[in-house]
Amino acid sequence: MSALLEVQGVRKTYGDRVVLDDVSLDVDAHDVICLIGSSGSGKSTLLRCIDLLEDIDDGVIRFDGREISDPRVDPREVRRRIGMVFQAYNLFPHLSVLDNCTLSPRRVHGLSRREAEDRARDLLSTFGLADHVDKHPDRLSGGQQQRVALVRALCTRPDLLLLDEITAALDPELVGEVLTIVRQLAERGTTMVLATHEMSFAREVATSVCFLSEGRILEQGPPAEIFSNPREERTRQFLRRVLPG
Amino acid sequence: MSSTWSPSEREQERRRIRRRQRARSVLIATVVTAGVFVGLGVGITGSPGWPSVQELFFNGFHARESFDAVLEGFWINVKLFLICQPVILVLALAVALARTARSAWLVPVRLLAALYTDVFRGIPTILLVILLAFGVPALRLEGLPTDRLFWAGVALVLSYGAYVAEVFRSGIDSIHPSQIASAEALALSRAQTMRHVVVPQAVRRVVPPLLNDFVSLQKDTALVAAAGVFDAVFAARDYGNFNFNYTPLVVVAGFFVVMTVPLARLTDWLQRRYAERERAGAR
Repeated sequence: MSALLEVQGVRKTYGDRVVLDDVSLDVDAHDVICLIGSSGSGKSTLLRCIDLLEDIDDGVIRFDGREISDPRVDPREVRRRIGMVFQAYNLFPHLSVLDNCTLSPRRVHGLSRREAEDRARDLLSTFGLADHVDKHPDRLSGGQQQRVALVRALCTRPDLLLLDEITAALDPELVGEVLTIVRQLAERGTTMVLATHEMSFAREVATSVCFLSEGRILEQGPPAEIFSNPREERTRQFLRRVLPG
Repeated sequence: MSSTWSPSEREQERRRIRRRQRARSVLIATVVTAGVFVGLGVGITGSPGWPSVQELFFNGFHARESFDAVLEGFWINVKLFLICQPVILVLALAVALARTARSAWLVPVRLLAALYTDVFRGIPTILLVILLAFGVPALRLEGLPTDRLFWAGVALVLSYGAYVAEVFRSGIDSIHPSQIASAEALALSRAQTMRHVVVPQAVRRVVPPLLNDFVSLQKDTALVAAAGVFDAVFAARDYGNFNFNYTPLVVVAGFFVVMTVPLARLTDWLQRRYAERERAGAR
């Protein structure tokens, strides 16, 4: 059986700067892949390339066996099945929490208002947001907003969830509430690729950890291996800097 | 490693596909555009009344004959616009700042500014032109100019000043309070905050609607014809009434279009430059 997502030899440049260089990654269903590495190592760019927000300059990306890096593929067809959450939440400030969550299910996935709202309310209350359904995003705390953003991505029932440093803009005390949700999703078998700076979290939920450096996946393996016994010197240096003690 | 990279087979194939897609959209754009314009041309020139319309409005002989008179009149429109525009900008910004002032001492100024915008936005510009151009000289006050062109210009300034002031004010209001807070946190005074932080951002934001108002002003310089000033429109009407042909009006329209296009392009360019500088890479 082929992987849900296959990234092969992907290259991405901005002008002369090589952001991704020969990156390959396989993601099976129910995998939780954590991308770690310092800022500018290419984690976010990789996620954006997978969601076809950026055109790649070489290599192949396959999703469910079909090449999606082909220019003839309609990106919207792909994005119907992939959810993405951004670092800065990117909720729509002019829509209520509920409307944020029902926009795509109603307009793209053809759900009736009722179905979409039921599904959204259901998910919102599962993640402790039942009281905020009718509020506008700016009334909520950062942690609440990011949880809404997660729910918004989940409302379309994606086969793959991409999370781009979703706790990086949050106060330390709010990080926990967001990670709790991600942990629940992981336990339910949601397939995820996430860029993160939360090492202990990565160690706990990841099925596999990738260390990126200067646009390359320097090493990949189960979290126990990467965190306890990294092969590469640069991985070791990075972990010494970010891990306490 | 990266210096030795060369595109793979697949990537070269992809580039070929992208090139084909681009070529295809250029082709579609060309065909559709040509189709629309040819269709319009055929539709209009094929209409039953076209020959007489062409004779009355698009007559080459009358266009050439009236051209010099229209051009001479048009200089008045251009000068009027060039003088009024900066005056309007200054007046409007002053009014907008007066309306957003929060000092207790400035309450009467604020009320006057509000009254001004309410009154002068409400009066049709053409009425204002006629009232001022004929009314003020009739007062026969010592020391006031009696030139109708001057008072027509004043009418345009007053009318447009009120509009543009509201544009500025909406721009000032749209600046996020956190900007003002951070300026105040740097111990800037209210005036300094406005001068260095709020107004520069506000002006950038309102450039498109501002341009819209100035294109409108360029056209409304034609209203001075109502006060009997010999501008391009008056010259064209004069010629038309004498020769029973409306072609000069079309010539005037052409002049106005030619005058407004450069301003529109300039603003597009400005907008793009701001966007590139301040929103680099944000998506």
